[in-house]
Amino acid sequence: MKLPIFLDNHSTTPVDPRVMEVMLPYFTETFGNAASRNHSFGWEGEKGVATSREQIAQLIHCHPKEIIFTSGATESNNLALKGAAEMYREKGNHIITAVTEHKAILDTAKHLEKEGAVVTYLTVDRDGLIDLEALKAAITDKTILISIMHANNEVGVIQPIAEIGRIAKENGILFHCDATQGVGKLPVDVDAMGIDIMSFSAHKIYGPKGVGGLYVRKKNPRVRLAPIFDGGGHERGMRSGTLNVPGIVGLGMACEIAGKEMLEEAARMKRMRLKLQDHLMKELDEVYLNGHPEKRLPQNLNLSFAYVEGESLLMGLKEIALSSGSACTTASLEPSYVLRALGVGDDLAHSSIRFGLGRFTTDEEIDYVGERVVETVNRLREMSPLYEMAKEGIDLNTVKWTAH
Amino acid sequence: MSYSDKVIDHYSNPRNVGSFDKKDNEVGTGIVGAPECGDVMKLQLKISSGVIEDAKFKTFGCGSAIASSSLATEWVKGKTIDEAFKIKNTEIVSELNLPPVKIHCSVLAEDAIKAAISDYKKKNEKE
Repeated sequence: MKLPIFLDNHSTTPVDPRVMEVMLPYFTETFGNAASRNHSFGWEGEKGVATSREQIAQLIHCHPKEIIFTSGATESNNLALKGAAEMYREKGNHIITAVTEHKAILDTAKHLEKEGAVVTYLTVDRDGLIDLEALKAAITDKTILISIMHANNEVGVIQPIAEIGRIAKENGILFHCDATQGVGKLPVDVDAMGIDIMSFSAHKIYGPKGVGGLYVRKKNPRVRLAPIFDGGGHERGMRSGTLNVPGIVGLGMACEIAGKEMLEEAARMKRMRLKLQDHLMKELDEVYLNGHPEKRLPQNLNLSFAYVEGESLLMGLKEIALSSGSACTTASLEPSYVLRALGVGDDLAHSSIRFGLGRFTTDEEIDYVGERVVETVNRLREMSPLYEMAKEGIDLNTVKWTAH
Repeated sequence: MSYSDKVIDHYSNPRNVGSFDKKDNEVGTGIVGAPECGDVMKLQLKISSGVIEDAKFKTFGCGSAIASSSLATEWVKGKTIDEAFKIKNTEIVSELNLPPVKIHCSVLAEDAIKAAISDYKKKNEKE
């Protein structure tokens, strides 16, 4: 087993060697601009892009022409929200989204609010799921877009996408789904799920960084988005800019592999995730699971280890790449807004660790991580005044703390 | 974020972890911070004739918080109450090379020393 161990596969993933292999010729040999219509270099580039569209279309069950290539999911989310808000301005100015969405959605929504849009942020329950009745109730005659993510990047919770799609359709509202953590990991069928616009990214599914896509429905209804930047009118006029051909070829291959291996991989990830969870919960007391126990990404385990602060835990596990919901790991002073939205107390949010399993995670690594986490939590609890007080029977909620 | 070698050293080999009997009249206890803020420090001083003979801590918090309190226990030992009271958070910052986002950890350590001393004083006034 090699150290360090990468268990942060929600942040990014390594490029699958099979993906890199198909990309390589596009850097040096078939390097043509896919928009060059008059020579073989351009045609080769265009061929690579067309293959990628086919591969993606097969994975998400759409028409190849419905794929718009972007620089990644952040751009896709921006294009979806800003593009729809501008294009359908006459129809209305109301957007519905949820509090646990990625910042690329929330910050874009805030930007649109400054420009006159009205945004409803749906809350989530303790498990991280939105309330479909609340969604229905939020719809007005000015609602133009519902934007709800497929799977959450922190707690892995999977939203009821098909039901949301149905509600959107019944009300004649467009449905955008940020499926950055869903595409390639969970089955996606844009028709069956009633999705009109969908964001996805290559580097979350063993493809390269800097490339992603936006599915934009062409029929029933035909969705149109105002472009964010002006230029050569690439990608049906919705996204100008020379196509990142090697990246796009890589994204296509990543989708093809995901389509073939998803079911087997999901079963393997789930088994390993449960093994890690069982190990930690058996060896340690007061470990809490964040997010729905079943409706979650097979790859995702998010746990709070009471009385231990997340960053200090990560520091003790320096040979393991993990992520924490503690404020101390980021520049902001507040702990994870996603965990807060689930009603996880700030104390437990500070104690949370996200384990993100991936295609290349091994059983040996999972066993090692389990042992190291137990050891480190125990060590830190030994020096935790909170653990000591809890063991003395003091209810920490009744203590008068000196907040700072 | 990368940590200074001194922070890593204190985190990996914390000095004076533990507890004294809170009820002991020679012991001053300072508990500062809050769980929802992500750090709580408990600093205890064993004081005899105005001199800090021993110190122990327990900290819930990030590596810098643990290092700040560990360093504080080292520094107060052997000092008089008045000397310990003068320890400034800025001295902890420079000793541990704490980055700006971690300055609050040093403030907490300074507060913990002061809280422990006042607890000791309060206890011994009543007698």
